[in-house]
Amino acid sequence: MLMATVSCKINGKDQTLEVDPQMPLLWAIRDVARLKGTKYGCGVAQCGACVLHLNGEAVRSCVTRVTRAEGQKVVTIEGLSENNDHPLQVAWQEIDVPQCGYCHSGQIMSAAVLLRENPNPTDQDIDRAMGGNICRCGTYPRIRKAIHRAAEMLRSGGKRNGTDL
Amino acid sequence: MNGGNKRYTGNRFWLTACTLVFGLGLLVAMAPDFTGGKKPRELTPDDNPVIKKDSAASIKAFASVYKVLMSPRCMNCHPSGDVPLQGDDSHLHIMQPTRGKDGKGISAMKCANCHQPANTPGLHTPPGNPNWHLPPADMKMVFQGKTPRQLARQLVDPEQNGHKDLRKLLEHVNDTLVIAGWHPGEGRTTPPLPYAEFKKAWITWIENGAYAPKK
Repeated sequence: MLMATVSCKINGKDQTLEVDPQMPLLWAIRDVARLKGTKYGCGVAQCGACVLHLNGEAVRSCVTRVTRAEGQKVVTIEGLSENNDHPLQVAWQEIDVPQCGYCHSGQIMSAAVLLRENPNPTDQDIDRAMGGNICRCGTYPRIRKAIHRAAEMLRSGGKRNGTDL
Repeated sequence: MNGGNKRYTGNRFWLTACTLVFGLGLLVAMAPDFTGGKKPRELTPDDNPVIKKDSAASIKAFASVYKVLMSPRCMNCHPSGDVPLQGDDSHLHIMQPTRGKDGKGISAMKCANCHQPANTPGLHTPPGNPNWHLPPADMKMVFQGKTPRQLARQLVDPEQNGHKDLRKLLEHVNDTLVIAGWHPGEGRTTPPLPYAEFKKAWITWIENGAYAPKK
């Protein structure tokens, strides 16, 4: 198999990955960079469990080829904040959002982009932005509540969005 | 006032004009054939795309164009609402992503988050293009629900077609996102005409005057 070298910045650290160039970014992150917070859900960009940030955008890493990350910045749930204290993470704990928890790294990564672009989202803004993240436990009302709470924290001077890492 | 002078000026004008026309005609007739008997070159963007006015040929070609533009591969990204359509039945795109200002989606639901620069392998996986997008919010270029007449008129109106003059409209047939309709990824039908036939119909429609059908 022809291997490729992909150099990128993952959670603020320069990394070089020796990978099959066809490999989805998800597997490079989980199996090569050994960051297991990003989850595999559907494999076809339908559920949002695999969302991470590529140059600040909430890409679905299961359909994103690893080569797209060459020279780019990748942020996973592990890199969203230094001490798991991003307002979204704090709000998620405060409101006890997850049930099984499997989809929530993707939920939080999507919500982080929403708050970066819209620091004061309405319920409709949240529904529109989060429509691509499915939760089989049905925690949507708590997700929405936590996003409002995090927005409130950000507005009152909480930690800034960590996607610029 | 001064009618006599006017008549005199008019006579001189016609004499000069006739001489010029005759002279030019002679020059053209004597000019060597630089084409060497080859077929005329294809129209380029530097040329005026409308090379003849033939409403019958133009409208006939537009019938083929219309069939393609109203097929799901084209119409699905030219919806009447702000959510793209999906599938051969043109249902609302699952997840209901929205257009956004620039047509590229909003926050965590941007087109390129799922639609990669190329098709993702596999059945019904997201099709790809480096510039996947809907028309922008300030010029939605809706195809859905349009009659042939409405669509033809919209396509030639720079205020409704993305500020394209006829030359740019002619070039638009070569846009990679247009061509992507014929490479839709596994599990999707292609438009009802092959791309080459569509392109020919598109060019014929425009070159003959870009006429709109009556209905």
